Amino acid sequence: MSDTLETADAEVWPYPIRYGQVKKFESDVVVLGGGIAGVWSAIGAARQGAKVILVEKTVTARSGAGGAGCDHWQWAADNPCSSVSPEELTQALIDNQGGYRNGVSTYIQCASAYQALLEMEQMGGKVRDVDDEFKGAPFRDDASKLVFAYDYDARFVLRVWGNDYKLLLRKECRRLGVKIIDRVAVTGLLTKDGETGAQVIGATGVNTRTGEFNLFKAGAVISCMSRPQRNWTFSSEMRGVSTFRPPTNVGNGHAMAWRAGAEFTMMEKSMRSPFASPYSYPSYGVGNAINTWFACNIVDANGKEVPWVDCNGEVITNFDQRYRPARGQKFFIMGGGSSSHPHPGLKEYAGPKLTPDLAERMEKGEFTPPFYADLTSMPDHERRVIWGLNVGEEGKTRIPILQTYSEAGFDPEQDMLQTYDFLRGSGMREPVTPQERTFGEQGICGGMVVDWDLMSTLPGLFGAGDLIYGSQDHSHAAATGRYVGRRAALFAVSQQNEQCSQEQIEAEMERVYAPLGNGSINGNPGMDWKELNAALCRVMQNYCSEPKNAELLDLAETWLDDIAENEAPKMVADNPHKLMRALDVLDILTCDRMIVHACKARKASNTHLHFNRLDYPEMDPPEWHKWITIRRDGNGDGNGATVGEMPIAPWGDFESNYQARI
Amino acid sequence: MQIKNTQVLRTPNAPTPGRPVLFNPDICTGCNICVHFCMEDIFMPAAQKGALPTILYPEECWYCGNCVDDCPEPGAIALNHPLMQRVRWKRKATGEHFRVR
Repeated sequence: MSDTLETADAEVWPYPIRYGQVKKFESDVVVLGGGIAGVWSAIGAARQGAKVILVEKTVTARSGAGGAGCDHWQWAADNPCSSVSPEELTQALIDNQGGYRNGVSTYIQCASAYQALLEMEQMGGKVRDVDDEFKGAPFRDDASKLVFAYDYDARFVLRVWGNDYKLLLRKECRRLGVKIIDRVAVTGLLTKDGETGAQVIGATGVNTRTGEFNLFKAGAVISCMSRPQRNWTFSSEMRGVSTFRPPTNVGNGHAMAWRAGAEFTMMEKSMRSPFASPYSYPSYGVGNAINTWFACNIVDANGKEVPWVDCNGEVITNFDQRYRPARGQKFFIMGGGSSSHPHPGLKEYAGPKLTPDLAERMEKGEFTPPFYADLTSMPDHERRVIWGLNVGEEGKTRIPILQTYSEAGFDPEQDMLQTYDFLRGSGMREPVTPQERTFGEQGICGGMVVDWDLMSTLPGLFGAGDLIYGSQDHSHAAATGRYVGRRAALFAVSQQNEQCSQEQIEAEMERVYAPLGNGSINGNPGMDWKELNAALCRVMQNYCSEPKNAELLDLAETWLDDIAENEAPKMVADNPHKLMRALDVLDILTCDRMIVHACKARKASNTHLHFNRLDYPEMDPPEWHKWITIRRDGNGDGNGATVGEMPIAPWGDFESNYQARI
Repeated sequence: MQIKNTQVLRTPNAPTPGRPVLFNPDICTGCNICVHFCMEDIFMPAAQKGALPTILYPEECWYCGNCVDDCPEPGAIALNHPLMQRVRWKRKATGEHFRVR
């Protein structure tokens, strides 16, 4: 609450306005984005002795996709109870995605997620069942009091009490002397001599309440901004409650790194998703049997239980077996629903799930909708861990689900929560149309290419969390942040004091403030950010969904260029808040261009990338089993792309590369 | 026939959902901590002590509940789910149906 109120007049903006005023900051390391990856990066760099500034668009105490909580600490193969090694788990996770997962950052996650969790415990976070709430439960190790999820034999996913982790991480940042700057949206990267493709030496930002312009100069820049969202679906209303990641996550980090000339990959992947839809429901807030609700009993309208099957297709009759590997299986990865994902992973890692023929059996009258998640018939410890630990600690569940439903009278010992459009067991609204796609709302998606230092192709620009290609998870953000903080701090000490390009700064100020010059919506031919966002989505729905071909993708480019030239420059903003939203939509436009470039570059259909080209119908031709990379071509209008490629597993040996850097 | 509310106002349509959170004026102290913790910055701060924050951008609410979770005065704020997304449940023993209110 740093800004004082200027006025009691309801019509007047309550914060001081500082448009055009420039404030400069210098540090060894600047962290862009204060979500989970951002705070861990800042902590990692500060522990190395670096002077660190962290810049956050919203409020570091709670911001980011994981700021509201976390109930599963994924892939912590370094924990003492795990029966699977980090190497084996990393390879299994990669193979389960057909190779299209980032081996570097996944290994960092698998090899150090538990170490990060122990540090979380040092900061005051609850990571064990110290209150003996689940004593004797099959998912609990009574010696360490750690509690596990999914595969109770393999024990590499922990259940944790993460509701307040973000508050504790901010406190640790402050203790270590990290300077936190909230309510500043980072807008662009500063490069040596202002050149595209040169070393990154800082960043620019604009305050979302005052409009002040900020300059951040640093020896190393760690970008921790989250993924592109709102590229195919956007409703200006009615979607907040069902949006998985915060609507503030739009891919700002992707867009500005692209503009600076960094290389990206996997940008052609997008998938059908109910998450992005205004017709969906609160995440984790309907009857289902996946993630937070794994492995809940599901019953039909007459109370008849839906059977569970294992990876061999055998019906599971013993309840405990839902949490154990199947015959011949060493371990399983998650489980629960059989979603509409065309490639649900390899059979050898598939977890127990609801019977996949439920839709047909319902048609035949064997089951009667609607279906319900029946916690009442679950063993006591399983009911309490789902409707308690999991639904109480997961991001965006404690208040919207646990508290709100409880206050409305929901009682897990008596009541069964309804499922919606429940056919295939995911518990979410399915099926969705090809146009209802998502880039980053769900699953593993494309991002910035990084090496074993988590440095991009631009010297001085590092990445962590969801910005990195082919990765996801709260514990991934924590582990990669913790790791990259050290690497970036070491890089920063060897850097010269480079001067920023005044020309680059002035050009960015002009770009950032342009919507203000268009005034307010009244009497103006321009439009607000919402209409532009929806129009961009329509271009992507029509020309970059399913199926794709060269003609459609050319038209996508044509119409994105057209909007960029005609409507985007007239977008209006009459206060700093709307200015932030307008800049977000311009970044969405940049991400759309990146996506279309990548789609044009992959001239082959690919199952794992959900990528279907009519003009290249053969699925998964072996010669295209590789990463396609794109980076901005600074020549011409600056909107072209230079295409390249990487071998499918460019990371070499996991352990030796990792050990050499910690 | 007598129409009770005869005041005619020239007002725009409200965004939907219009009231993602509800304040209890008897409990809220106007401390503006919810304004501070809101990720989407949907609130305008209470202009003076004792007044309530206002919701300027209700349709941008993510329904994360941080404003409720981090409020120092229990009961001062409650989440108010959009009516079309209020989930329903059934009481197993009686077959009665309920929903989020």
